[in-house]
Amino acid sequence: MSSTTASVTKVRTASAGISGDVIFAAAAKAAGIFVLVLLGAIIVSLLIGGMPAFIAFGPGFLTNADWDPVQQIFGGAVPIYGTLLTSVLALAMAVPLAFGIAFWLTELAPVWLRRPVGTAIELLAAVPSIIYGMWGFFMIVPFMSEYFQPIVIDWLGDIPLIGGLFQGPPFGTGVFTASLLLAVMIIPFVAATMRDVFMTVPAVFKESAYGLGCTTWEVMRAIVLPYTRVSVVGGIMLGLGRALGETMAVTFVIGNTNRIATSLFGPGNTIASLVALEFPESPAGSLKLSALLALGFILFVISFIVLAVSRMLLKPRAN
Amino acid sequence: MSTTMNVASEKLGMAAPMVRAAAEGMNEPRIAIRNLDFFYGSHRALKSINLEFPARQVTGMIGPSGCGKSTLLRVLNRMYDLYPGQRATGEVMLDGQNIIDPKLDLIHLRSRVGMVFQKPTPFPMSIYDNIAFGVRLHEQLSKSAMDERVEWSLSRAALWDEAKDRLNTSAMGLSGGQQQRLCIARTIAVRPEVILFDEPTSALDPISTLKIEELIDELKDDFTIAIVTHNMQQAARIADQVAFFYVGEMVEVGTATQMFTAPREKRTQEYITGRFG
Amino acid sequence: MSATMAASGAARNTAVAEKLANRRRRSNRTVEALCLAATVIGLAFLAMILGTLLYLGMQGLSLSVFTEATKPPGSHGGLLNAIVGSLIQTTIGTLVGTPIGLLVGTYLAEYAQNSRLGNAVRFVSDVLLSAPSILIGLFVYSVLVRPFGGFSGIAGCVALAVIVIPIVVRTTEDMLRLIPVSLREAAVALGAPKWKMIVLICYRAALDGIATGVLLAVARVAGETAPLLFTSLGNLNWSLDITQPMSSLPVTIYQYAGSAFDDWVQLAWVGALLITFGVLAINVVASVVLRPRQ
Repeated sequence: MSSTTASVTKVRTASAGISGDVIFAAAAKAAGIFVLVLLGAIIVSLLIGGMPAFIAFGPGFLTNADWDPVQQIFGGAVPIYGTLLTSVLALAMAVPLAFGIAFWLTELAPVWLRRPVGTAIELLAAVPSIIYGMWGFFMIVPFMSEYFQPIVIDWLGDIPLIGGLFQGPPFGTGVFTASLLLAVMIIPFVAATMRDVFMTVPAVFKESAYGLGCTTWEVMRAIVLPYTRVSVVGGIMLGLGRALGETMAVTFVIGNTNRIATSLFGPGNTIASLVALEFPESPAGSLKLSALLALGFILFVISFIVLAVSRMLLKPRAN
Repeated sequence: MSTTMNVASEKLGMAAPMVRAAAEGMNEPRIAIRNLDFFYGSHRALKSINLEFPARQVTGMIGPSGCGKSTLLRVLNRMYDLYPGQRATGEVMLDGQNIIDPKLDLIHLRSRVGMVFQKPTPFPMSIYDNIAFGVRLHEQLSKSAMDERVEWSLSRAALWDEAKDRLNTSAMGLSGGQQQRLCIARTIAVRPEVILFDEPTSALDPISTLKIEELIDELKDDFTIAIVTHNMQQAARIADQVAFFYVGEMVEVGTATQMFTAPREKRTQEYITGRFG
Repeated sequence: MSATMAASGAARNTAVAEKLANRRRRSNRTVEALCLAATVIGLAFLAMILGTLLYLGMQGLSLSVFTEATKPPGSHGGLLNAIVGSLIQTTIGTLVGTPIGLLVGTYLAEYAQNSRLGNAVRFVSDVLLSAPSILIGLFVYSVLVRPFGGFSGIAGCVALAVIVIPIVVRTTEDMLRLIPVSLREAAVALGAPKWKMIVLICYRAALDGIATGVLLAVARVAGETAPLLFTSLGNLNWSLDITQPMSSLPVTIYQYAGSAFDDWVQLAWVGALLITFGVLAINVVASVVLRPRQ
C-alpha cells in the first residue's frame, strides 16, 4: 500500500518535472527568438517608415546635399558625411589615449592604483550622454571659441593644403568640438576592451621577451600588440559603433548646419543630431519624417556593419 | 673566464676568495648564492639558500612541486621583478655583482642570463626575426653579421638544417620541439653567460626531449646552465651537479652520481626513490 | 666559429651596448610618461565634468527641486514631475526588460550554447547592446506612438525595456557560464529537473552577477534621452498617467539647458547633478557587488 503511494508520488513529480522542463525551455527559446524578431522589427519599421523618402529620391538620397523643407527636397549626404567624419575624427583622438590608458593600467601603474583608476575610467562611460552635451555646450564650446580655435586658426590656418581645415570664424561649436566630445565618450569603451585583451596574453610570452632584456614598451610593441592585434581592432570598431549613433552630446555642440564645411571648425550635422532636432518639426506622415526614418535606417545599417565586424574580431577572445 | 672574474672581484675590492664548489670535479662558480630568502608577499618561499653554479657545467634542480626550485631560477634573472609583492634578500653574486641589488640594470642582466621556459614561446614573427629580435636589443649588427649570428645560433640549437629554407616563414608553423629549440637559439643568440632552463621538456614528446637534452649537453661547453626539472632521470642524464629542494629549503647538493647513488639526507633518498613528490 | 662567437658577454662591444640600452631606456620612459599623461587626461575629463556639475548644480539645489513640478520660467519651479517620471519609466522599463533578458541569457547559457540559433541570438543581442539608442526611440515611435495615437509614458517604458534586455542578457549568460559543472551535476544527481536546477541552483549562485547586470541596466536607461524624445516626449505639467506624455529628467535637462531662461538653465544643472551622481552611484555599487567574482 505504502509502496504504491510512494511510486505514484514519484511518477507524479517526475511528470510535473518533465512538463516544467518543457515549458521553461520553450519560454527561454521563445525569448531568444523574440530578440531576433526585435532586431528584425527595428530594421523593418525604419525601412517602411523611410520608404516614401527612398521612393521619392531614389539612390540620390545618399548623395544629395540639399535639405530643403520648403521645397520638400531631402538629401542625406550632409548628415551621413558628418556622422562618418565626426566618428573617424573621434577615433583618431580616442585611440591613442585609450591605448595609453590601457597600457598604463595593465603594465605600468602601481597595483594598488589599477582598480580605482580603472573604475574611474569606466565611470566616464557611465556619465549619460546628455550630460556630455550640456557640459560640452557650456564649458568646451566657450573654451574652444575663446582660446583653442583662435590660436589654432592663427597658427595652422595659413599653411597650404591643410590650412583649409583650420579656417573660418571660431564659433566654438562644430565638427571638431563634436568629435572631441565623442572621443572622450568612447575612450572608456576602447580602453576597457584593450585592457581586457592585453590581459589575455599569457604571462610566459611576456616573460620570455623580458628574459631577453626587453623593456616594458618593447614587450608591448613586439609581443602584446601583435598577439592581440585582431581584438584591439575589434575594440576600436566597438568604439566606432558607439560614436556613430551618439546623439545628445553631438546635438548640443555640432552647430546644426546642413552644409559640408571645409574647415574642421565649421558647423555640421550628423544623422543622430539631425533626427533629434528635426523630429519635433516633422508631422506624422510627412515626407520629412520619412526622410528622417530613412536616415535612421542608413545609420542602423552602418552601425550594424561596424558592430558586426567588431563582434567577429573580438570573438576569439570570448572563446 | 676565471681571470676575468678575479679581475672583476679585485676591482670591486672583494677580498674573500670564492667558496669552493660543492664537490670535486666542479669548475669555479659562475654564480654564488649566499643566504638567499625569497618572499611572495609575506610567504617565505626560499629559506637561506646557499648554492653555487659552477661555470660551464649543468646544475640540475629537483624537488616536489612548490619546493622553490622554479622560484630560485626566476631570481637569477630577476623575473620576479615583474610581479609586485615578490622580493628577495641575500646575495646572488655574478661576476662580483649582486644580482638582486634593486639598482642593478635589468636590461644588462638579462642579456647575460638567458632563460628558456616550460612551454615553447615563439614570438609572432618569422623564424629569422625571432632570433634577430633579441640580438637587436643589445647590439647593432650589419645585415651580414646578423645573418651569420642567426645561422650560428640556429646551428648551435640543432635547428639550422630544418629551418634554413624557411627562415622568413612564421615561427608559429614549427613543431613543438622545433619551437623549443628556436627558443634556445633565440636565447643563445644574445650570447649570455648563463642559461636558465625551466622544465624545458615537460611539454615535449620523448624524441624532442632527447634532442633538447643532447643540446644542453653540448651547450655547456660555452654556457653555464641551470635547469629545473621534474624528471629525475633527466637530471641524472644531463646534470653535473644536482641540488634537491624541499619546501623552500635546499636540502642537499652534490654531483649527480653522488646524489642518485648515495644521497646524504633521508628526504633526498625518499624523494629520488619515489616515496613522495 | 663557435669558439669565436660563444665568447661570453665580455666580448660584446660594451660601448655600443650601453648606447643602445640608454636609447631604449629613454624611449621606454617616454612611452611610460605618455601613457601616464593619457590616464591623467582621462581622469581630468571625469573630474572636470563632475566638478562642473557639483559647482553649478549645488547652486540651484534646494528643497523645492524635489517638492515642486516644473513651472514656466521665472516662477521658481522644481523637477518633481521629471524625477517621478524618470523613476516610473526606469522602473517599468527595467521590470519589463529584465525577465526577458534573463530568459534569453538562460537560453544562451543553458540551452542553446553554440547551436546556430543560439549564436544568432547572441550576435543580435550584442549588436542591440551597442546599437544607437535614438534608433530604438524611432522604432518605438513607429510601432507604438504613431499607430496608437500619441506619445505616452508607456511608449517610453517600452523603449527603455528594449535597451535593458541586451544588458541583462550579457551579464546573465556570462554569470551562468561561470557556475561550475560540479554544482549542476550535484543538483541533477539529486533528481532535480533541469529547470529547477537552473532556477533554484544556478540563479541563486549567479544572483550577485545578475543583480549587477540589472543595476547597470538601470543606470544606463536612467540617463537615456534620445529614445524618450520620440516616445514619452516630456511633459511640463504634473502627470502620473502613463498613457499620456510623461516627463523625465534627461528630457527636461535637454529642454531646459537649451532654453534662454537662466532659471531653467540653473534647474537643468541641478537635474544634471542629480542624474549623474545617481547613475555613478549605481555603477559604483554594481562594481562593488561584482568585485568578489573577478
